[in-house]
Amino acid sequence: MESVLSRYRNLIILVGVLFLQVLGLAMQVKRGNDTQDTRLIRIWAVGAMSPLERSLVWARNGTGILWHNYFYLRGVRAENRQLKEQIEQMRLEQVRLSEDAAQAHRLQNLLAFKEQFVSKTVAAQVIGSSGSDMSRVVYIDKGENAGIRRDMAVITAQGIVGKVLMVYPTVSQVLLINDQSSGVGAILEKSRLQGVLRGAPNGEVMLERVMGDEQVAAGDVVLTSGGDQIFPKGLPVGAVSKVGNGKDLFLTIKIKPASNLSKLEEVLVLLEKQERQAIAEDKRVRAADILAQRLPSVPDKPPATSVAGAIPGSSAQSAGVGTGVIPGSRPKTTSPITSANAAAAKNPSQVPSSGSAQQPISRVPGSPAAARPKISVVGTTAPDVPAEGVAQEKPATPAPIQSTSQPATDNNDPH
Amino acid sequence: MPITYTSGEQVEVYRFSIPVTILVPLLALFVQAFVPLRFPWFAVYFDLPLLVTIFFAMARRSPIAGLLTGAFIGLAQDMLGHNPIGIYGISKTVVGYGASSLGVKLDVENAGARFLITIGFYLVHSAVYFTVARALVNMSQSWSWAHGVWAGLANAVLGTFLYFALDRFKQRT
Repeated sequence: MESVLSRYRNLIILVGVLFLQVLGLAMQVKRGNDTQDTRLIRIWAVGAMSPLERSLVWARNGTGILWHNYFYLRGVRAENRQLKEQIEQMRLEQVRLSEDAAQAHRLQNLLAFKEQFVSKTVAAQVIGSSGSDMSRVVYIDKGENAGIRRDMAVITAQGIVGKVLMVYPTVSQVLLINDQSSGVGAILEKSRLQGVLRGAPNGEVMLERVMGDEQVAAGDVVLTSGGDQIFPKGLPVGAVSKVGNGKDLFLTIKIKPASNLSKLEEVLVLLEKQERQAIAEDKRVRAADILAQRLPSVPDKPPATSVAGAIPGSSAQSAGVGTGVIPGSRPKTTSPITSANAAAAKNPSQVPSSGSAQQPISRVPGSPAAARPKISVVGTTAPDVPAEGVAQEKPATPAPIQSTSQPATDNNDPH
Repeated sequence: MPITYTSGEQVEVYRFSIPVTILVPLLALFVQAFVPLRFPWFAVYFDLPLLVTIFFAMARRSPIAGLLTGAFIGLAQDMLGHNPIGIYGISKTVVGYGASSLGVKLDVENAGARFLITIGFYLVHSAVYFTVARALVNMSQSWSWAHGVWAGLANAVLGTFLYFALDRFKQRT
């Protein structure tokens, strides 16, 4: 007996070690694969790794900040100018969107619709991963001490990232949406079809449970449906990249996530989301008012001392018909934007084209406004203004707006 | 002669200092967890903890030491993920036992042998992981020979260089 034991000692120990691990595995599986059961063991590994990862991320960021903020400033001025133009454009777009939102709020209010909104977030830095393609999780440098709890949603500015799976005092583990065990309630923006977002073994994101007879096209935008009780409704998820016929009468829909899940650096954890009754806001800002603030006003006309300076037919000017202003004179008109232009900003399709007799804007030649190179109106850019003569502004063409506001019909949403 | 848990009757049995025994696997785990943040393909093709397991197991040439090394490294790797603890542990235990048993019988000092052994053990590791994940944990896994071979080759190339770097820490018993 003793000789048998000593002869097969290695094999017996191997079987024993394997048996112990299988036993431990079986216990975890029986308890429902809840990682909270193994929290104490996992915290050792995380505790050993996270200080190293944190310090390395800190050093890398420090070097990056030093380089980018103090040495490598090439093209910053051009980028700054570009961003300023973009801000101007977005301000105008915001006005249009607020109109839509106000309308949606009014409708929601009528239906006693409750909306969810994100009220508190915390920014966190991604400091590590599991290091395995079988477990798509990342670690962030904020934990219980920062108010993070289990099952909180994690997002970036581009879209959703995942949910908090494990929370330690200073570190949290985030399960990415492309993990196999992940599940997110999703809805197609156009068709309002609902499905479940899941990760495939190869790391791709799939939208499941969409019936085969539904019409889904590549490029369709996918949003969160709110049905999972983790992500608020309406957050961007990604876009459909491929559609195919799957098994069991369901479509195989591949999604390209809006967030770059393979190169995450900073994320936001949604600490609080609140539900409130939709309230219609009556504070409206017209696009015309925004434009009026942006464009320089023509100076006031002095008291009628010089009748000769007055322009014949000034009534046409006040009616919105643009006329040239005699250089050197001080026209009476003070508002650079006519009612026709205001209407153009609100509903461009109803405004006659620039080729018509109406000239919505009058400007003094040589004034700063005349020298302004571009006038942006609601997603479009007017042609360059000539240095001399009267500027002609094209009516704005409404840009297609991807509104993420929740339509009133969603009140029937079972979730 | 210092007595270590790797000592045996075989010739050319090596041992490692305690700092190397602890720090090298930890460093491998750290690199494996950190590098994919910048290079996501690293986690798909490379398995540094596996390479370290194979190296220590072959150098010590003791099946018990090999399987224990594999078990510890594998369990630590499991702890960093969210799957049940033990899947990597079982896979690397088998690899550690196999590599040390092979090290007793074969010359594993030359680059060619190391290259082939690494490919072979990568496939063994993947097969055991796949079996355990599907059969015991009911995870949805898909087996791909193409991925297995390419990842095996990638690990073998990296392993060959890594083993020569780690050879410097070997101490004769």
